[in-house]
Amino acid sequence: MDERQQRLTEMREDPAVDLVLDGSAIGGLLANLFGADVTGMPGQCASCQTVHVIGSMRVYTRGPGIVVRCPSCTEVVLRVVETPSGTMLDMRGVAALRFARR
Amino acid sequence: MAAQISWQLATVSAIREETPTVRSFTLGLPGWQGHRPGQHVDLRLTSEDGYSVERSYSIASEPERSGEVDITVERINGGEVSPFLHEVVVPGDRLEVRGPIGGYFVWEAALGGPLLLVAGGSGVVPLMAMARHRARSAMTVPARLLFSSRTFDEIIYAEELDRLAAAGDGFEVIHTLTRQQPPGWTGFTRRIDEAMLAEALEPLGPATRAYACGPTALVEVVANGLVRLGLPPDRIRTERFGPTGT
Repeated sequence: MDERQQRLTEMREDPAVDLVLDGSAIGGLLANLFGADVTGMPGQCASCQTVHVIGSMRVYTRGPGIVVRCPSCTEVVLRVVETPSGTMLDMRGVAALRFARR
Repeated sequence: MAAQISWQLATVSAIREETPTVRSFTLGLPGWQGHRPGQHVDLRLTSEDGYSVERSYSIASEPERSGEVDITVERINGGEVSPFLHEVVVPGDRLEVRGPIGGYFVWEAALGGPLLLVAGGSGVVPLMAMARHRARSAMTVPARLLFSSRTFDEIIYAEELDRLAAAGDGFEVIHTLTRQQPPGWTGFTRRIDEAMLAEALEPLGPATRAYACGPTALVEVVANGLVRLGLPPDRIRTERFGPTGT
């Protein structure tokens, strides 16, 4: 088994690692929705109240939709699901977002 | 932070082979507003039947070069985009590009240092933008790149990194070759682990800003290791590439 295969096998066997990415991986997708790059935008987790910039949140792209989790408490902050009529952005895990004044 | 971004047409002005499986593409973008080291662009390829595919590529070039950006792309066997870029695209071709994107995994000279950059394979790309920007900014605050590659021939930007390290401005490169080493190799020969991070971090000190980029598994080891070594989590920024490395 080559090195990469081995690594993939190890990752699949460890449920905690999964194929996690950082928020910047969906920067373009979120830019489509918000009309601007929001990876530098602070967001407050509704579960633990910690504020993290969106780019630092943990992104999971396996499964039917995209799940974004809080780096502090691992609860779901955002869900993105493509539907036939558009994109659903579930934000019940967000307490607040901070938009900088222009 | 909330910058407007829309798709632009870029013209490929130069292609450069970095290693047998890695190429850099210079994209001319006349309307380019500039970028910050660490940011990426999205590339979109659309076929005649309307099928389109997008990929994100870190910007390799420093913001001091205006009107164009470099991306560095590793050819992934069975990939949808990288084989096309490597085998089909020639200078003069036009590609749809969106960006720059990223407000978190960025470093600019104004943020200061010391700086610890940790890369696995093609994860070195956004860190190279930081290193090139640092060189252009005439900074002398210490910076170290800890760079994991499989073999000597697969070290991306090998000659340029040697030049940057020889410039005498406080930039050092520590290589580790994990699969095969050339005769006479005296450097590290294993995957990055906490002990190696401790060695790399030691002369830089506790005020270090760390950036780690590469396969998810490597980034996890680095982020966890640096926290255990005492770096505050908010001084550690990560860009995970997922399991494939791009």
